[in-house]
Amino acid sequence: MRTILLPFLNFSESAQGRVVPPSGFTARLTVLTAAAMAFLAVFALALSLATGRLAERWGNELARASTVRISAPEDQVDAQIKATLDVLNTTPGVASARALSRDEEMALLEPWFGPSLPVDTLPLPALIEVIETAEGYDGEGLRLRLAGEAPGAVLDDHSRWRRPLIKAASRLRFLGYVSLILMAGVTAGMITLAANAALAANAQVIRTLRLVGATDSYIARAFERRFTVRGFTGAVIGAFFGTVAVALLPSAQQEGGFLTGLGFSGLQWFWPCVIPLLAAFVAFLATRFAALQTLRRLM
Amino acid sequence: MIEFHNAGYGYGGRELLTEMTLSLAPGSFHFLTGPSGAGKTTFLKLCYRELQATAGRVSILGQDTRDMGRDEVAQLRRKIGVVHQDCQFLDHLSLAENVALPLTVADRPRDDQDLVDLLAWVGLTEQIKARPPELSGGERQRAALARAVIMSPDVILADEPTGNVDWEMSLRLLQLLVELNRMGKTVVIATHDMHLIRQAKSQVQARVLRISNRRIQQSGADL
Repeated sequence: MRTILLPFLNFSESAQGRVVPPSGFTARLTVLTAAAMAFLAVFALALSLATGRLAERWGNELARASTVRISAPEDQVDAQIKATLDVLNTTPGVASARALSRDEEMALLEPWFGPSLPVDTLPLPALIEVIETAEGYDGEGLRLRLAGEAPGAVLDDHSRWRRPLIKAASRLRFLGYVSLILMAGVTAGMITLAANAALAANAQVIRTLRLVGATDSYIARAFERRFTVRGFTGAVIGAFFGTVAVALLPSAQQEGGFLTGLGFSGLQWFWPCVIPLLAAFVAFLATRFAALQTLRRLM
Repeated sequence: MIEFHNAGYGYGGRELLTEMTLSLAPGSFHFLTGPSGAGKTTFLKLCYRELQATAGRVSILGQDTRDMGRDEVAQLRRKIGVVHQDCQFLDHLSLAENVALPLTVADRPRDDQDLVDLLAWVGLTEQIKARPPELSGGERQRAALARAVIMSPDVILADEPTGNVDWEMSLRLLQLLVELNRMGKTVVIATHDMHLIRQAKSQVQARVLRISNRRIQQSGADL
C-alpha cells in the first residue's frame, strides 16, 4: 500500500507557494499594470538618457565654437577681417578661424527671412567662425587683443545661448527621472491594491493557515512570491515592447531635427533590462507592506 | 497544560464567559458540554489563543497568553491540534497536502511514509488525492483530525467533531480521540451529544466541563 501511495505524496517544490489559491483576475491585472508601466518607463528612460546626451552635445559643440562679428564701415571691413584672422591664428587655444561667405550668411538667415532676402542690400556684419582646441582660449585676453587690432570685432563665445539650452535639456532629463519615480509609485500603488484584493479574497485561507501555525511572515511570503513574479513577468513584456518601439524611432542621421537621437546609445541599450528587476523589487516591497498591514488587521 | 485563572471573555460590552478557574492536566480527557450558544467554541478559542481573555489570565503550555506576540501565537498553535466543526480546509490542495499543511507552514521536513500511516490510521488512504469538496462529512472530520495530530501536539481540541456525521462515524472519531489520549495527549471535545459522552465511559476516564450561565462547572465524578 505504501509503495502505491507514496508517488501521490510527491508534492511539488512550490508547495509552500501554493498554499494560496491562484487568482486569475488579479494576476492578469498585475501583469498588465506592470507591463504598461514598464513600457512607459522605457520611454521615460530613453528621454532622460537622450536629453542627457543632447545637453552634453550642445554644451560641447557650442563650447568649442564661437563667432567674431565685425561691424565696420564698408571700406574697413576687409582690413578688419584680415586683422582679426591674424589675431585669431596666433591665439593659443584657437584651432581654426575662417570668415563666412555671403552664401553661408544667407543660409544662416534663410530659416527666418526666407530665400528671397536681398543680403547684399543689408548692412550685415561679417562673421568669422572660430573653432577652439580642447584646451580652449582665454576669452578676456582675446577680446582685449581684438579691441586693439580690429575695433569693430566683437567676440561671441555662445555662452549666452548655451546656458539656457543646457538648462532646458537638464530639466527634461530631470522630468524623465521624475516620471520614472512616478511610474514606480503607480506600480507600487496598483500592486498594493491588487495584493489587498487578493488578501481579502483569501481571508478564509489565511485563517486556516493561522490556525495550523503559520506566521505572518510565512503568509506574507506566499503572496510576495506571487506578486513579485507577476510584476517581473509583466515588466519583462512591457520593457521588451518598449525597447523595440524605441529602436524603431527615426535615427538622428535620418531626420536631423530636434527630436532625433531620442533613444539609447551603446551600452545604454542594457538599461531597459534593469526595469523588470526594479519592477520585481517594487512589487515585492508593495506586497510585503500590504500583506503585513492586512494580516495585522485580520486577526 | 492549560490553566484558567478567574478568566473571562466579553465582546461588545457583553460578557460571554466569566470567572473561569480550572486546569486541564496533561493526559486528561475532557468533554465540554452546554446548550448551543453557551460559549463552548469561545472557550476552545481561548484554549488556542484565537481569542484573548478579557479578564483574568489563561496560560497555555506554561505561557501566559496575555503577553504573546503574533509569532509566538503561531508557534503555540503548532503544539495544539484543533479540529473544527467546519474543518477549514484549503480546497485547492489535495487531502494529503491539507493534512501535511502544519508541516508545510512550519518548514518542517515531511516523512511521506508517516503521512501514509497517519491517513491509514484515520481510514483515508483511498482519498489521498481527493480535494476537500469531494469528501464526505465523516471523511472531512477524520482528515481534520489527521491534520490536527500530524505535528504530534500535546493538546487536541475538537469542536463538535461529530456534529455532521452519523452515529457510526461518531464512534469511530471517538475511538481515534481515545487512542490519542492513550498516547498521552490532552483531549478536549466540545459536544452536546450525551450519547457520545456515555459511550466514552467504557473506554476512557473522562471528565465533563459544563458551561452554564457563562460559567464553567466541573463534574466531580468521572464518567
